[in-house]
Amino acid sequence: MAQISNHTETTSQNPNNSQTPSRQADNIPASLLQQINETIARYPVSKRSASLPILHLWQNHFGYIDDSAIEWIAHLLDLQPINIYELVTFYPWFRQSPPAKNIIRVCRTLSCALAGSYEIFDKFCHAIGIDPHLAAHHDGLINSPCGNFSIQFVECLASCGTAPVCLINDDLYEKLTPNDIPKILEKLKTNSEQTPNTP
Amino acid sequence: MSANNSFPTPFSPTPHPLERRIIFANLTKPDYKPDLITYLAHGGYNELRKALTLKPSEIVAAVKASNLRGRGGAAFPTGVKWGFINPNDGKSHYLVVNGDESEPGTFKDRYILHRDPHQLLEGIAISAYALDVHLAYIYIRCEFPHAARIVSNAIAEARAAGFLGPNILGSSFSLDVFVHQGAGAYICGEETSLLESLEGKRPYPRIKPPYFPAVYGLYMQPTVVNNVETICHIKHILRLGPEEYAKMGTPGDGGTRTLCVSGDVQKPGAYELPAGSVTLRQLLYDICGGPRPGRTFKAVIPGGSSAKVLRIGEKIITKSKNSDGSLSEKQTDILDVIMDASNLAAAGTMIGSGGVIVLDDSRNMLWALNNLNLFYAHESCGQCTPCREGSLWMAKITSRMLSGKGVPSDPRTLLSVANNIAGRTICAFGEACSWPTQSFVEKFPEDFEAAASNPITTLTAA
Ligand SMILES: Cc1cc2nc3c(=O)[nH]c(=O)nc-3n(C[C@H](O)[C@H](O)[C@H](O)COP(=O)(O)O)c2cc1C
Ligand code: SF4
Ligand code: FES
Repeated sequence: MAQISNHTETTSQNPNNSQTPSRQADNIPASLLQQINETIARYPVSKRSASLPILHLWQNHFGYIDDSAIEWIAHLLDLQPINIYELVTFYPWFRQSPPAKNIIRVCRTLSCALAGSYEIFDKFCHAIGIDPHLAAHHDGLINSPCGNFSIQFVECLASCGTAPVCLINDDLYEKLTPNDIPKILEKLKTNSEQTPNTP
Repeated sequence: MSANNSFPTPFSPTPHPLERRIIFANLTKPDYKPDLITYLAHGGYNELRKALTLKPSEIVAAVKASNLRGRGGAAFPTGVKWGFINPNDGKSHYLVVNGDESEPGTFKDRYILHRDPHQLLEGIAISAYALDVHLAYIYIRCEFPHAARIVSNAIAEARAAGFLGPNILGSSFSLDVFVHQGAGAYICGEETSLLESLEGKRPYPRIKPPYFPAVYGLYMQPTVVNNVETICHIKHILRLGPEEYAKMGTPGDGGTRTLCVSGDVQKPGAYELPAGSVTLRQLLYDICGGPRPGRTFKAVIPGGSSAKVLRIGEKIITKSKNSDGSLSEKQTDILDVIMDASNLAAAGTMIGSGGVIVLDDSRNMLWALNNLNLFYAHESCGQCTPCREGSLWMAKITSRMLSGKGVPSDPRTLLSVANNIAGRTICAFGEACSWPTQSFVEKFPEDFEAAASNPITTLTAA
């Protein structure tokens, strides 16, 4: 089903459309290059194995993966661009458009649903100005109008014993109650040192 | 709510009297840290020292004698799996540790990876020595970003101290271990899909035969894929001795087992119990504190979301051999079924990954099935037509029924779709996605018939 995710993501708005698009592959910092080379060394049998970890490094640095990245990584690993493109379109974690500052992934699956995760998801969506119905049926991230938050309803995060849970950026939030949500969002806003344009 | 590594744990500070913590012994201590100093202070890497004085074949024999079964889902005897590897075939062998933990209801490997990575690394080093492996990968789902860092740090520490890397502890045995992160796809937990993913490809599962990992595994070489928890057990088999270890469990299921309980119980959590030591009743009432106030139990999914659901009140008919060789039939109440691999198999379901999801009488089973169907529809890799189309079709039917547009033929259609997936696909996801539908519809017909004939309105959780 990751194919659907790709479909929706490529059709979403690219904020760079109006300007000359800057190619990610033209802006690779030395630190990223070094990490990429270290990664390849971990796969002495086949450097193709490094494609997933390189995509992770890339997305962590640039926020998403553009066409130049696909060509650049393919070339680096002696592959065809399709060999990288088919990974970006299959794996739900990879995206081809920029996310907002904070990424909120609320668990949707049964144990969390039993503990009220649909309510948690709705509350998050309302608080950041996104239609929860739209977001629940969207594959991939949806960005809030203020640009501070992306949200996604995701499958089991393997913390069902402390349900309901969500993953925000790298951190897990557990045993959530609807009252936690304003506090969490406030903290995230302060962390990203930015006042949102819309409440 | 909390957002750091000192997460609110699903462990009680003192173990329940029925618990026996071996895998969880250290990581449940509040002051236990995932670093090497702490691990060494708790007797860490002693078993690796011991292992290096043994012959690899002696370790494989010990694992066989321990009756350890895989904790990843299929409950395959680990010693038998290891026996498929021929150390003298002149080929490269690989060990791949499955830390994808994404079967809904399962949350045990998470705590091992975050809190006790050296326990896993010691298990890997011993296993690799036994299997003539010099390169091992730990596949960790990317939704555990902290775990990937913690385990990578632990690998660096262990390497610097001579527990991994070249000439481990002065021996001639060398081993490199690396972390490989997944990218959000449930199917990567299936072992052949995981190998494709590790090779940098789309994770389409490989067909068996011929692509058994032990024959054509990573890079087409003989490979052992084991779950994180399974590998952790290895050092305890050496520590306790295979006989002592086996004795904790049952002849068909040695050692301890972690059971992760979530859903409608008073005390959800991860519990480590001697395998086959408790009945479902003891688990739900004694250990997990029974149902929420004013509620009664309705259903239990015993081994991760793919396991067939059990209906509270159902009777299981088991056949046993009498001393004179004749067969006798016994009716067992489902609550009295023992929670181990063979007894749950006899009850028509499975211990799977040990993820127990409990539903009480406030829940509608159509609603619950629809939740799982949406999961499977999202996670099918799309390779096989019955699975790709069927999983989506089942989700569409249950969603439509929930929206009040059910038709009388829906339960039958659901069963017919499910029956045409299982057994007709490349990987066991086909079974995994059809078993919930088959068992929910068969065991809770009233919830489905109600929605199939007249629209229902109150279907929200909680
Ligand atoms: C659809 C599917 C998903 C699976 N997910 C996992 C998983 O998340 N973690 C895991 O350890 N095993 C998972 N497995 C089981 C693996 O294929 C494999 O049997 C297991 O990793 C072997 O290790 P073990 O023998 O130690 O259990 C899954 C299997 C299937 C069919
Ligand atoms: S059964 Fe489903 S998940 Fe497995 S290979 Fe076929 S389509 Fe993919
Ligand atoms: S169902 Fe939410 S963490 Fe497992």
